[in-house]
Amino acid sequence: MVAILVVTPLLALDGDTAMHDPSTVIVENGKFYAYGTGAGLPISVSDDGWTWRRAGTVMQAVPGGRPGPDVLARGGNNTWAPDVIRSGDKYFIYYSAPGTQPKSAIGLLVGKTLDPSSPDYKWEDGGPVVWSDGVEDSNAIDPGVFRDPMNGSLWLTYGSYFGYIRLVELDAKSGKRLHPERKPVNIAINGEASTMMFRDGWYYLLLTHGSCCVNANSTYNIRMGRSRNVAGPFLDNVGIDMLQGGGKLFLGSGGRYIGPGHFGLLDLGGGVQKFSLHYEADLDRGGISVLDIRPLLWRDGWPVAGDNVKDGVYQLESARTGTALELAVQGVPVGGLRGRGARGGGPPVPAQDASQLSASWPTGPIDLRMSPFMAQAQQKWAVTPVANAGGYPGSPYFKITIAGTERTLAATDDRELIVAPTFTGRPEQLWRIDQITDGTYRVMPKVYANQSLALSAIGSSTPTLSRFNPDGDRHRWVLKTP
Amino acid sequence: MIRARVRLSFLVLIGVMSAAAVGAQSVAGRGAAPSLVRPASPAKAPNADGFLQRWLILEPIRVAGQLTDSAVQTVVKTEYFPNQFTTTVPRDGETVTVADAQLAWHAVDTTGYNVNLYHFAYSLNKPTSNVLFWVATIVNAPREISGVRLAIGSNAASVWWVNGREVISIYNDRQTVIDDGVSKRLTLKQGSNVIRAAIVNAGGATDFCARFLDEDGQPVKAITISLMDR
Repeated sequence: MVAILVVTPLLALDGDTAMHDPSTVIVENGKFYAYGTGAGLPISVSDDGWTWRRAGTVMQAVPGGRPGPDVLARGGNNTWAPDVIRSGDKYFIYYSAPGTQPKSAIGLLVGKTLDPSSPDYKWEDGGPVVWSDGVEDSNAIDPGVFRDPMNGSLWLTYGSYFGYIRLVELDAKSGKRLHPERKPVNIAINGEASTMMFRDGWYYLLLTHGSCCVNANSTYNIRMGRSRNVAGPFLDNVGIDMLQGGGKLFLGSGGRYIGPGHFGLLDLGGGVQKFSLHYEADLDRGGISVLDIRPLLWRDGWPVAGDNVKDGVYQLESARTGTALELAVQGVPVGGLRGRGARGGGPPVPAQDASQLSASWPTGPIDLRMSPFMAQAQQKWAVTPVANAGGYPGSPYFKITIAGTERTLAATDDRELIVAPTFTGRPEQLWRIDQITDGTYRVMPKVYANQSLALSAIGSSTPTLSRFNPDGDRHRWVLKTP
Repeated sequence: MIRARVRLSFLVLIGVMSAAAVGAQSVAGRGAAPSLVRPASPAKAPNADGFLQRWLILEPIRVAGQLTDSAVQTVVKTEYFPNQFTTTVPRDGETVTVADAQLAWHAVDTTGYNVNLYHFAYSLNKPTSNVLFWVATIVNAPREISGVRLAIGSNAASVWWVNGREVISIYNDRQTVIDDGVSKRLTLKQGSNVIRAAIVNAGGATDFCARFLDEDGQPVKAITISLMDR
């Protein structure tokens, strides 16, 4: 039996991905922005969500070039772990300004645009929003800002190990506290980098547990609880309140990535959700801390960390029809035609690959179709990342070829599909493969990205390209190992 | 050569209970095809799900019953009778000669979404296994309709043409599944559009279904089906 394939990440993004304590990744006019810990709050920007570059610091656009005087007085002159949200026609950046912890403050910056090249680009000091005095059971760092989709209200969670993770409501117009006279609500302990999200009547509180900031020795891991109320109680999967240390694991270390932390939701719409995070150590990049973006899945009412597609050989099966993509050539049974044979079995039948058959295939373009998967060569697809061809949040574009050949899946000018004899690298042969929240995949050609055309099972034997519809199974594909 | 045994207007034709009729009488002691009736109107709308329920079916031609891509293409490209590949639609009762056998075209309406070729052949005391069925119909479009797709299912392999252009081919032993083979986007011209298909069956049940789908995958129902050019 073959299940939905669990694959490991290819690489944690491309370009300059070094980052610690990233904010939620936010999109403005097609560009992706993330802010992190460091002098002046370094800015990372990407045109496609895959290749990232540095773009100065936030504080370069703040009068005085550092936190405002009230923030400095309540906290200190460090700038750590920001978060960002759009509210109306403004952007709010919340950032940690610790002094000697747990004396700390969370400051507010208000701007009209994220684009440093815009004439409207600047950040105004909004003062401290919350703070901790160094004595109370709180360490006011690591802000996470959340808009409740049920009523549009804005909330801030914050805190770090010392004492409680706390919740306050914000004024959606000013970004400041809505009820500064009220005591913050304690919602969790034992973590930092808190943030919230909402789905299907549940509020989810995500925290990073473990130790940070020691590279591959960091035990950072992301845990969660959920509540029917924005203010909790947040219980984990076994019913333990996060105020008593509960927390269902969302993501721990895996593969070559150590210490995931600082979850941020990136909802791309159309049923595709992703999350941003950092790893304390990317072992493939010298063990530094890096930004990553991965698919966000949902199972049994809980978020699940998906994985970006890894290069490999797959069968591409329609979730709608259960049939698999294949080159439209006459199939040959694996091992050739043979009877059922005597009882007791026989020697293993070798796998079928294209080298055994491709000489008999037409040399020009060949149609694409779907059939029951029979482990035949024309049904095995190599999914391979293409260097220097750009990408999308979390992944580069891929080419999709019949394994062992250069016969390449391609979109046509009339929005249909063909298998070209060779790979040219043109946009009609580059594919975006996003994991959808149910664990299946959406497959889209780069050439039709602006029309949101996706691989579609229009019939049991017939694939085409049509506008992606998140409802139903027509555009959902299962990647299995053949 | 085609023997135009019956050349009557449709209204006259439907009043004639020719020996070729399969829907209303038994042949050689076999019961009438339970799912097929003789057309009783000049034109018929698709059913609620868009299925085309009026067809001309040629009595089956014996073939080897091989269902691979190449075998089916060889069979459907073989000229068994003159004018086989034209877009002229035959008339009910018209006959052709194939290997010394005289085979008749039959006009039928199916009562289901599919056309049961086993019922058809069995009622005529004709073979149902290792056979090739030719079928045809005319889809009348009130205006040009672009971006539609012919969507078919067949038991077993089949090849389909719209206005003389091959648009679907599905192979191997298979059951009829709605919207199994689907054409690329095509345009129905205003007026008559000829749909032809060749279905190859190896053994057991045999049937087909067909409809048109729009860009959103919804059935096209603003059309009518008849068996004579208007």
